Amino acid sequence: MSGAKVPADISGHMLDLDEEEDLEVFSKNTSLAEGNPMPNSPDSMVNQFRLDEENEEEQQGAINKDIFVTVDNPESHISAIETFITYRVVTRTTRSEFDSSEYEVRRRYQDFLWLKSRLEENYPTLIVHPLPEKFVMKSMVERFNDDFIETRRKALHRFLNRITEHPILSCSHHFKVFLTDEELAPHRKLGPGFLSRMSETMRAMANSVRGLRSKLEEFAIMQEYVDDFSNNMCSVDKVTHRITKEHREYMDELKQYGPTYFQWAESEELLAEPLKGVGSCVEKCSKETEEQIQYLSEVLVPTLHEYVLCADTLKAVMRRRDNIQAEFEAKNEALASKTTDKEMLQEEVDDLADRVEQANNALRGDWSRWRTSMRADLKSAFISTAAKNVDYYEKCLAVWESFLLSQRGESMEQRNGADAS
Amino acid sequence: MAEDVKGESVASNDESDRAASDESLSNTMLTEGSCLLRRMEICVAEAEKRSGKNAVSMQETYTVYLVETRPMDAIAEGRNPPPDSLWRRYSEFELLRNYLIVTYPYIVVPPLPEKRAEFVWHKLSADNMDPDFVERRRIGLENFLLRVASHPVLSNNEMLYHFLTKEHGWKEMVYETGFQTKADSRLRALSATFRVRSPHKRLVEMKHYSDGLQSHTSQLLRARTRVADRLYAVYKVHGNYGRVFSEWSAIEKEMGDGLQSAGHHMDAYAASVDDILEEEEHYADQLKEYLSYAEALRAVCRKHELSQFELEMASQDLISKKQQREELATGIVRTFSLKGMTNKLFGQEAPEQREAKLNLLEELIAEGEETVKEKTAECDEHAEKAWADIVRFKDQKDKDLKEAFINYALMQISMCKKGIQVWSNAKECFLKM
Repeated sequence: MSGAKVPADISGHMLDLDEEEDLEVFSKNTSLAEGNPMPNSPDSMVNQFRLDEENEEEQQGAINKDIFVTVDNPESHISAIETFITYRVVTRTTRSEFDSSEYEVRRRYQDFLWLKSRLEENYPTLIVHPLPEKFVMKSMVERFNDDFIETRRKALHRFLNRITEHPILSCSHHFKVFLTDEELAPHRKLGPGFLSRMSETMRAMANSVRGLRSKLEEFAIMQEYVDDFSNNMCSVDKVTHRITKEHREYMDELKQYGPTYFQWAESEELLAEPLKGVGSCVEKCSKETEEQIQYLSEVLVPTLHEYVLCADTLKAVMRRRDNIQAEFEAKNEALASKTTDKEMLQEEVDDLADRVEQANNALRGDWSRWRTSMRADLKSAFISTAAKNVDYYEKCLAVWESFLLSQRGESMEQRNGADAS
Repeated sequence: MAEDVKGESVASNDESDRAASDESLSNTMLTEGSCLLRRMEICVAEAEKRSGKNAVSMQETYTVYLVETRPMDAIAEGRNPPPDSLWRRYSEFELLRNYLIVTYPYIVVPPLPEKRAEFVWHKLSADNMDPDFVERRRIGLENFLLRVASHPVLSNNEMLYHFLTKEHGWKEMVYETGFQTKADSRLRALSATFRVRSPHKRLVEMKHYSDGLQSHTSQLLRARTRVADRLYAVYKVHGNYGRVFSEWSAIEKEMGDGLQSAGHHMDAYAASVDDILEEEEHYADQLKEYLSYAEALRAVCRKHELSQFELEMASQDLISKKQQREELATGIVRTFSLKGMTNKLFGQEAPEQREAKLNLLEELIAEGEETVKEKTAECDEHAEKAWADIVRFKDQKDKDLKEAFINYALMQISMCKKGIQVWSNAKECFLKM
């Protein structure tokens, strides 16, 4: 573990790993820039679907980046009390705040949760990329199923990378601790305890009951957008899942269909060859369908899922911003009705006013960041999917065309043979 | 399919009678034949719904098909005479086919399109009145007529000619041939189980082949139906993207246009599956024809078995009668019989009675020998003619099905090209997001 060689510039290169196990987990192109969710199967010719313009963007991003993080190598830890998975988190950086240029730690899902809640606490109106869910309710997936672990690993990787790309979040103290400290447990205990978190929630609830005095129109518009975006993402996500399901059922039937041609061929003479030809075309097409489904579930599905979660994040951010404003307004009202001891309260009100100002500005800034990356992510995912579908049809086309050629070529021969005799 | 046969030369009925047995065994391609299709252009042009009272005086709706014919020489001369035409129901086609089956038990008679829609994928209608079904049936009926009219043996049949030309009274004419009684007795005999002592090896092989053909084509058709169902679902579900992208595009400034137009392509993609699957039905129909052909082939083999069985029965009968004669003549009982025992116990009969019995037996034996001779000739002729037609059928099947597979490949290619088009367009739209 400690001897892991991490090359200086890993954008586009395969990491030099010691264990074979690691190769299973991720192979080939681990793109770090823009968190582009590319599939990692060696078989899929993924690179051909990436646009040149995107490559340029990423390379530019890569040039400006001074911190690189990867998540890999899931391992299960079995103890008397519990069993859980840890992931290896490797950091390479040239930032001066970091004592070393390379770090390697092991983290479990709880640790990621900790980091996220710390970030949200410290930067309430910044948009933090979502973590993969704790449990997957939809499918009866075991927590320790390989596919589940791999999907989660990729999502965790994207989560950390989004943070490294964020100008403010990447400088967070907690982020540094997460990446560098051997043991996270002591830090987890040091954070604001359960009780203080409870009181914050209660304050927030009280404020929301009061209602906001006046909401800036820009935030009202933002709220409306967030609600609509959430609905739309859920719809797109649902449709995509349905499509994946239908594809799978189609593929299952194709797998039954092909063999009927081969079975028939066994009792035929002249007809055997064309029958086998059709049968093998169907077989090849069903393999292509399998690949297509895999691509869909590795590229489009996780991306859409993350943006469904993003919508929830956005809603939380809006709520927190509203709460900050509500707190200020409450204190401000209290100040207005007070006649004596105004100075101290005034200070508090001024502080809260600053807080509101900061929160709003932070949100504004991050909002456009988020919009840009959302657009890039979804655009890229849809483009790749469309490109893969084109590729799928092109491959199937080639299969049938070569069959056609073989059949027509044969009948030409037969005709020539008949003429000769 | 059968249209190709127009160009082929076929042996006429007279010639095959004259031809030596070895010649008729091979699929002969003689130059000039008297095949009906060469003399007459046939088509089933239209279908219409009719209402009327049926046999039990109940009102029913049925479909009639317009059978049109035109003399070939008139067409060849450049004149374009209007066709003669008459209307026929599906049941009349069935009658014609049943008549042909009984009259030519050694011929693999072309099948009719299915009576009821089978192997239906769920969106396709199983209703006999559905216009798509009626249209496919019209094509199937035309195909049937073309195949029969181009068959070296069947095309010369009188009832066929009258079917095509005599609208009224045709049914009565067919019934008057008395083929029904023959059909009924054959049907009864065939449904009974019987064992043949010395089966015709090649025809038994053919029977097994026909069983295989039936099961393989029906398995294929079933699987294809399920695939069609699933394919339909995949395409149609993409239509949801159209609706969802449209809604989403309303709230997006930069991405809106790209999403909206991509959504339109998704709608087009979903809609394209209807034509794709309708075309594939033609492929299914071609396979269904051979599924039915397998039954016809089997029937030919079975009927020969029946002839063989009847021959063996007749031979057996003759042998036992000859034995009886020997016993009576010599008084020696070779085999155990009740008569023999009672004779031993109670004494033999009077010489006059014996004389009478012997004479009767001689008559029966003479008859029996005639019967055996006839049956043997019948059996041999059946086997010969059957084999000739089976060879012709095999060649036709190989050619037709190979062409069907090529057409299927063309359909798949067309589907792929449409898919490439749609998704390339969608990709262009996404690029504009």
